[in-house]
Amino acid sequence: MLNKYPMWKNLMVMIIIAVGAFYAIPNLFGEDHAVQIVATRGAEVNVSTQTQVNEVLSATGIAVKRSELENGQLLVRVANAEQQLLAKEAIADSLGDKYIVALNLAPATPLWLESMGGSPMKLGLDLRGGVHFLMEVDMSEAIRKMTEAKISDFRSDLRSEKIRYAGIRNTPKGIEIKFRDADNLAKAEQFLKTRSNDMVFTDTTSGDDYQLLANMSEVYLKQIKEEALQQNITTLRNRVNELGVAEPVVQRQGAERIIVELPGVQDTARAKDILGATASIEFHMVDEKADAAAIASGRIAASSQIYERRQGGQVALQKAVMLTGDHIQGAQPSFDEYSRPQVSINLDAKGGSIFSNVTKDNIGKPMATLFIEYKDNGAKNPDGSVKMDKIEEVISVATIQARLGRNFVITGLDHSEAQNLALLLRAGALIAPVSIVEERTIGPSLGAENIENGVQAMIWGMAVVLVFMLVYYRGFGLIANLALTANLVMVVGVMSMIPGAVLTLPGIAGMVLTVGMAVDGNVLIYERIREELRAGRSVQQAIHEGYGNAFSTIADANITTFMTALILFAVGTGAVKGFAVTLMIGIATSMFTAIVGTRSIVNAIWGGKRVKKLSI
Amino acid sequence: MFQILSIKGTINFLRHAVPISILSLILVIGSLGSLAVKGINWGLDFTGGTVVEMEFTQAVDLNKLRSVLTSDETDGALVQNFGSSRDVLIRLPVKEGVKSDIQVEHVMEAASAVDPSVIQKRVEFVGPQVGKELAEQGGLAVLVALICILIYVSFRFEWRLAMGSVAALAHDVIVTLGVFSVFQLEFDLTVLAGVLTVVGYSLNDTIVVFDRIRENFLKMRKGTPEDVVNTSITQTMSRTIITTGTTLVVVVALFLKGGTMIHGFATALLMGIFVGTFSSIYVASFLAIKLGINREHMMPVEIEKEGADQDALMP
Repeated sequence: MLNKYPMWKNLMVMIIIAVGAFYAIPNLFGEDHAVQIVATRGAEVNVSTQTQVNEVLSATGIAVKRSELENGQLLVRVANAEQQLLAKEAIADSLGDKYIVALNLAPATPLWLESMGGSPMKLGLDLRGGVHFLMEVDMSEAIRKMTEAKISDFRSDLRSEKIRYAGIRNTPKGIEIKFRDADNLAKAEQFLKTRSNDMVFTDTTSGDDYQLLANMSEVYLKQIKEEALQQNITTLRNRVNELGVAEPVVQRQGAERIIVELPGVQDTARAKDILGATASIEFHMVDEKADAAAIASGRIAASSQIYERRQGGQVALQKAVMLTGDHIQGAQPSFDEYSRPQVSINLDAKGGSIFSNVTKDNIGKPMATLFIEYKDNGAKNPDGSVKMDKIEEVISVATIQARLGRNFVITGLDHSEAQNLALLLRAGALIAPVSIVEERTIGPSLGAENIENGVQAMIWGMAVVLVFMLVYYRGFGLIANLALTANLVMVVGVMSMIPGAVLTLPGIAGMVLTVGMAVDGNVLIYERIREELRAGRSVQQAIHEGYGNAFSTIADANITTFMTALILFAVGTGAVKGFAVTLMIGIATSMFTAIVGTRSIVNAIWGGKRVKKLSI
Repeated sequence: MFQILSIKGTINFLRHAVPISILSLILVIGSLGSLAVKGINWGLDFTGGTVVEMEFTQAVDLNKLRSVLTSDETDGALVQNFGSSRDVLIRLPVKEGVKSDIQVEHVMEAASAVDPSVIQKRVEFVGPQVGKELAEQGGLAVLVALICILIYVSFRFEWRLAMGSVAALAHDVIVTLGVFSVFQLEFDLTVLAGVLTVVGYSLNDTIVVFDRIRENFLKMRKGTPEDVVNTSITQTMSRTIITTGTTLVVVVALFLKGGTMIHGFATALLMGIFVGTFSSIYVASFLAIKLGINREHMMPVEIEKEGADQDALMP
């Protein structure tokens, strides 16, 4: 019998559409005003925090709609924006500064729906407002640091092997190691080759100049860059958390760029200060032999260097670093007994043991804290990348009174500097400086306006198409319209299901476009059916032929469009990616609804019966 | 049965092919000329720079605003209305040694001098390096898309038809870019997305016609390739008109209602739909005929199944 779908096929169509529709439902509920509580280092959000928050809120007279503890963070929903502000203040006061209390909008999906994995579509920044940063990691700095580490490794390795060398220095060509004779060179080359297989050694001896050139291997360079990027992403993530933003995004893009998105943030200046600043500290011993006169004339030992002091004046420090900021585990701003601002620092175990060793030997001697910061000075390198100034300043010089352990304080800063330094140290140092190469800020009102515009376009476009199809194809038009509606619902459902999919303004445009293009499948089929009818075929035959012949055309046409969407997805950024995603989903769902979906209805109504005339 | 087109017999589309192809050629050459002479008005995404969008409480005099934007940092600023007379968009070029924050600060200061309760709606800054890379990637994307399509269509149909479809696509891309060049419309990332969508859409049309051509070559035992193509285009005509119509309706809705941020995208699509529909008929099919497409090319290749010449193992 022609045009009869087996039961399983009809069931499959119904189930697929029902699943799509089910996951589209969360989008109907809108969002709740909420307060999000996250712990910073050392603290924890747990059941007792939840109880405390609930008590504070009931004491303030704010009704809690729902309170959820998940993944170490607490989300408290309240009735409206006014209560949300009150709640945030009350909670922040009660919990203290070990917690970040941020305003948030949480999907108001009912619990039963959420437990089945239902959640609304995520909105892109262009629809909800916020800032988008694209940051570039200065890889040359990461490589420079590694080169320096290698040089000191070579020195200590050769010394411990008792191989005499004349000098090691960094040149544009690579690390140059000089020797007095060929014998030492040969020994060194053999030893170093087995020691560090991530370096490539070449003998560049010419005449009496016995020298070895060491370069990083391609693999090693790649690894350094990869590690620098990964570490910077981790650090930026920590810093973003310190900003107290709900649902931030920190993502890599390509080999040396990082995307940071902060929804709802309007204070971009502070965000940039925290994200872009690359501050770290180092501890050095003061070179006591260099007096004021020696510093003024610049005649100091080669192992020392002159630095500016923040309070004014200059001081000579030994070049050897006692301890770098990498070992810092925690940093809190506080005040000393004279209520001067200070930063209390605690070190990790390794840092603690290094520090206690060096301070033990140097009791009574002055130690300096060197503050290092990279700042974007607005100028560009010839290749277009941002030039960074390295700013080094001595922020404090203090006499070591006793052997220092894992906890100590730094003084000599003003209040806001102490706070920022603590924040930056806590969030970890960036291994290589980053600069902002792209920044987009969308105001919240513009976001709302964009949604409104997109929805308007969708309603108008869809209305005209639906009316036309109904008038032109009558019965079959109605079926196509059902398919079109189901298609739209499924696009929304699939967008909501895919965790990474984000709806953007071009994404809405993609949906609107899908509405216009999705009817193509049905138009092709219907026109074919009409043609077959005109050619004198029976009704059943015409339906069968219509669907059959149009199928390969629809498949070919859609596969090619899908390919271009895929390419768009690969090259596009942000909003355009959103467009590509909706277009791809739209193509897949529209093929399904136009071919299989309408067929099952057509079969159910007209299939397998004696029909004289079709409503087409 | 209610129909827009009621076609009796076959329309001889190809009769007009030569003059229309010449027109097409003129359009392409004109577009290329304009691209060479005037170039494209690259938007922020590609050139880099800073854009500030702001909303004033009432209609604002742009000249007055321009006259207060006189500091060194805001030199070269482009001031224009964006959507309504209260919305203003200011574009600032990348300046050596001036940070974009400072530029924005200056702009907002000047704007508040005109209207103290002005709102900053959007700020975008793109570094020059990023823009350059994007332009290269974008061009590459269009190229890769064309090559992928060439391969797919060659594989599914036949190389002559593939050449025809790619020529038609290149035609559409060039003419769409040409229109952007002639009218110096701003070309940003969403426009690029629009152009790529045009590629996909225009191909849609071409494939529908080709599919019918392939079918008719097998069905119509008599008739020249020209007859087959004419018949195929005639048969698919009402579908083409309806689909183009519905797509046009939604794109017009996007253009009118979608807001200023996707205006460029909608414009590219509008252009593309027109030239795409037209090229699928005249450029793609006509070129395939000129390349000598005929019935033999369309005969299905007999695929010999592995082991078909052996006796079945199971009786």
